[in-house]
Amino acid sequence: MTFLKPGLFAAAVMLALPVAAQEVLTIGVRSETSSLDPHWTQLSADVQVHEHIFEKLVALDATSQPIPGLAVSWAPIDELTWEFKLREGVTWHDGEVFNADDVIFSFDRLRAGISGAPASPAFHLEKGAKQWERIDDYTIHITTSEPYPTVAEDLAMLAIVAEHAATGVTESVDFNSGLATIGTGPFMFEEYSPGNLASVVQNPNWWGGEIEWDQVVFRPITQDASRLAALLNGDVDMIDYPPTIDLPQLQEDPDFTVSTIPADRLIYLMPGYKHVEPFITDNDGNVMVPNPLRDWRVRRALSLAIDRETIRDRVMGGASLPTRNIVPPGFFGYVDALEADPYDLEEAQALLETAGYGDGFNIVLHGPNDRYVNDARILEVVAQMWSRVGITTEVDAMPRNIFFSRLIRGDELTIPGFDVPEFSMSLTGWGTVAGEATYTVSGTLETYNAATGGGNGNFGRYSNPEIDARSVLAKQMVDADERLRLLQEAITIGMDDYAYIPLHFQVNNWAMRAGLEHQPRTNERTMAMDVSRVD
Amino acid sequence: MTEFIIKRVLQAMIVLFVMTVLVFFGVNVIGNPVYIFASSECDQACLTKTIAELGLDRPLWEQYFVFLGNLLQGHLGNSFTHGIPALSLIFERLPATLELAFCALALALGIGLPLGVWAGLRPDTFISRCIMAFSMIAFSLPVFWIGLIMILTFSVQLGWMPAIGRGDTVEVFGADLSLLTPDGLHHLAMPAFTLSLIMMAIVIRLTRAGMREVIFADYIKFARANGIRERRILSTHVMKNLLIPIVTVLGMEFGGVIAFAVVVESIFSWPGVGKMLIDAIGVLDRPLIVAYLIFVVFMFVVLNLLVDILYSLLDPRVRLGGNQT
Amino acid sequence: MTTLSHAPIAGSPRELARRFLSVPSAVIALSVFILFCILGFGAPWIAPQNPYDLRQVDILDSLMPPGSVSYTGLTYWLGTDGQGRDMLSAMLYGIRISLIVGLLSGVLALVFGTFVGLIAAYRRGWVDTLLMRIVDLQLSFPTILVALILLVILGRGVDKIIFALVVVQWAYFARTVRGVALVEGAREYVDAARGLRLGGMRILFLHILPNCLPTILVVATMQMAMAISLEATLSFLGLGLPPTRPSLGLLIANGFDYLQSGRYWISVLPGVVLLAIIISANVLGDRLRDILNPRL
Repeated sequence: MTFLKPGLFAAAVMLALPVAAQEVLTIGVRSETSSLDPHWTQLSADVQVHEHIFEKLVALDATSQPIPGLAVSWAPIDELTWEFKLREGVTWHDGEVFNADDVIFSFDRLRAGISGAPASPAFHLEKGAKQWERIDDYTIHITTSEPYPTVAEDLAMLAIVAEHAATGVTESVDFNSGLATIGTGPFMFEEYSPGNLASVVQNPNWWGGEIEWDQVVFRPITQDASRLAALLNGDVDMIDYPPTIDLPQLQEDPDFTVSTIPADRLIYLMPGYKHVEPFITDNDGNVMVPNPLRDWRVRRALSLAIDRETIRDRVMGGASLPTRNIVPPGFFGYVDALEADPYDLEEAQALLETAGYGDGFNIVLHGPNDRYVNDARILEVVAQMWSRVGITTEVDAMPRNIFFSRLIRGDELTIPGFDVPEFSMSLTGWGTVAGEATYTVSGTLETYNAATGGGNGNFGRYSNPEIDARSVLAKQMVDADERLRLLQEAITIGMDDYAYIPLHFQVNNWAMRAGLEHQPRTNERTMAMDVSRVD
Repeated sequence: MTEFIIKRVLQAMIVLFVMTVLVFFGVNVIGNPVYIFASSECDQACLTKTIAELGLDRPLWEQYFVFLGNLLQGHLGNSFTHGIPALSLIFERLPATLELAFCALALALGIGLPLGVWAGLRPDTFISRCIMAFSMIAFSLPVFWIGLIMILTFSVQLGWMPAIGRGDTVEVFGADLSLLTPDGLHHLAMPAFTLSLIMMAIVIRLTRAGMREVIFADYIKFARANGIRERRILSTHVMKNLLIPIVTVLGMEFGGVIAFAVVVESIFSWPGVGKMLIDAIGVLDRPLIVAYLIFVVFMFVVLNLLVDILYSLLDPRVRLGGNQT
Repeated sequence: MTTLSHAPIAGSPRELARRFLSVPSAVIALSVFILFCILGFGAPWIAPQNPYDLRQVDILDSLMPPGSVSYTGLTYWLGTDGQGRDMLSAMLYGIRISLIVGLLSGVLALVFGTFVGLIAAYRRGWVDTLLMRIVDLQLSFPTILVALILLVILGRGVDKIIFALVVVQWAYFARTVRGVALVEGAREYVDAARGLRLGGMRILFLHILPNCLPTILVVATMQMAMAISLEATLSFLGLGLPPTRPSLGLLIANGFDYLQSGRYWISVLPGVVLLAIIISANVLGDRLRDILNPRL
């Protein structure tokens, strides 16, 4: 089945007229850009626009592995110091020359704090208590308080802004107007109108070489169906997150192209490990003591009862990669031996029998309904599947603006100081932005420790000393091979114990008109540099 | 007279104050925005720091007084999402919404009035029945449903209309208008029509009812008996009498149109204040939600105050009796 | 600001019913409405599947077109949605939720609003002024905006959406009832009752209230149509009802994602039913107004 679109030809003709002189790429994106200050947030929707204008010392390739950006090379020179050599001959969009002062300025600006920013990437500087020092015009030293292996990965999150343009700029206003939006990147600021569009034009002096597009326009279109409609009738050339339901048709349609890559975002189910969990009840409705989820056989049974391939085919439109790993293939820390659990009802049933829960119990499954791809639908299908092995599952899906507060802090607002995660079983996601597993292991598998930041995403409060030992060591292990071993061991231990139940990695898709080719990235960002014309 | 106005202004201020309390406390008990924005790698220390930075760790009443103090100086705080003053965001987006709303109004009147007059003049014809059936359906259609169907039909299936956005705009007195460019009009047509339907239905019904009443009024009969031509009767006497109730009701319904713009804007990705509100709710941008609501409350309270004062000037009984039925 | 002059109602209930049904559109609307009431409230007995019982829903049966047969032998007469739910059952239960929300919020708003209106009309003076100020204030804000904000604050759930709808509706009843009650209160029979030294409450509820009923009935019908439509709109915006227990509005919203790929049945069928319910309720209200002739 293909889409009906007699008007497409007319639209294409109309578009072709102004395009003749200029190569314009219009991208329909799901989330609007909140600010053009690259130190304001680290949300992908913002960063993908920032990265057209601003660059980082360390860039990321398509699988999020560090490659040279504004720094040409880096290496540890002693236990605690990393030396970064900067790229020479780079100029800012206004012609000024880039040097180490701009880097120092950018880091100082971040550390001083961006007033009112809810999600500034500044915390990447606090990891390892980094200090920075200018050695000469094109050399920088970064020192940490303890041996720290992932300095480059952290710096890949921090944009470099121009000292001469951004000095004294504390409010987003000056970045949004273009005044301080002077970068070194392949594109230059043109126009920003919140909620309507952000557009950039080619930087003819970019050090990185030829750029295909003269102008790139980002248009936020929140509604999935509207975004697809905009692509179908030619309003935009390309969209991110095409509705998964329509993927099969889009793939078959000769007028459109779909690009696909497994993303760094793991979708998983997190069991609660408290002795008593309020949302787990026996068949008479009484809260169960002890909490059955503390028995690993129950957790394994729950995992085996999920038919991940059916979720992929029926819910995700094929756009998921069933897994038992916690970082996607190609990332540092991926364990080849861990394969997605098969769907095995009988084994699940048998495990529940031996654990003493043959009659089943009741559970409430919480999750967001507007955060991850098809999140509410996944919840319902998992509930269907668990109900088949006798675990009657009720779904409570809620908007993310409520879900995350309750997930992280529970009833904080009702009972001050009572910041204990609330849910007994919840669906969440974890994005491994850095391209390597150190902080994924530390964040999701390590025992929760507010002081060290360990287990800060461990909302089930899982705790396993075997993992803790390896994770803490890995965070300081500069030797890459040794670190890989520690991480893979920790992941294998955690997954064998079913610390949580991985479902899949999201597979990201982009849909574009035929004649475009897109080299997608694992980190969900849509970059015009990755798109080229083939017609 | 002065006493009446002072009394009403005081009342309006009390209402405004009560509304700030309701809105502020209402919006500030839901969720915590920091958790929505925070990266998964942002640990406890980082979260605590951000929360303190935004002043969210302080007791609610203290936050309220800070807010009230800023409000009195005309500041409604900075948006969490955008980092710029919420009020400037609202003013930046308001023209788009007003443009949509006024176009919807114009459509409702432009189409609704003639249809209503027709239906009132010849109530028993087939066409009149169709008109009335149309008004009934238009009144009943949920706005979001008709919007979706229009996108599906005219944008996706037929490809005649752009599905989203505002198109080219022209700056007039500092505000961008899409009304003045062909591309802008093309983009404006579907959302404006969608938004106008309910009001169009109301206009048709009011006009028809007004027509039915006026046409049997004595002075019209008298005019007719005097041999004044039908067309002239219609254009001068009848129309004049019709406009009064219609203008009154439109004045009242205009607020509704602004509110329903929330729905239309989110379907058509129209960059107005309504869509801004929905987006702000999604990420719990408290200052922006509060600012929008306070702004709307302020607008309505001031409008009502003006209307009250106007009434009292026109009709002395209002300020003496105080009870209008 | 509405002037209410109350025309006496002519004829017995039987006579009124006859006149009510003398117009074909009213007959059709009434039958349609009654039909949907029966379908909605009978859903647990009529529906081939309980769409809320996850053990009966199978993802492998998702997105089947109308008339498909499940491997269990169940025929999906109206197809299935993305979760494998039987659309017929989902719609029946959806009708049920929409009607419950519409009726219950209407009744609660009616009771509360009528009470406030009667009190205001009866007590006069500052009580009246205060109550009517609140009513005016409430009515000056657009309903959808108030309901939207309330739901953002309250969260989701049938009880919450009913509460929000009562909040936005009661003022209509209060103002209308007060107007009628003021007029009624000035009539001879009330004077006569006062002359007989009947208690205030007694006069209010036994004499004035019954005479307000026709007006209340008309307002209630119209409000119910509005409530159903509003609930659908709010659900569409992602507020109101939880996605696991979809009302008609939520079914439409969910189904819209499938429209472009040709799965029309998921969104269009609930849409048609929603329209039929709202239109029939509005036609009924219109006809009631013509018959009972309150000037609104």
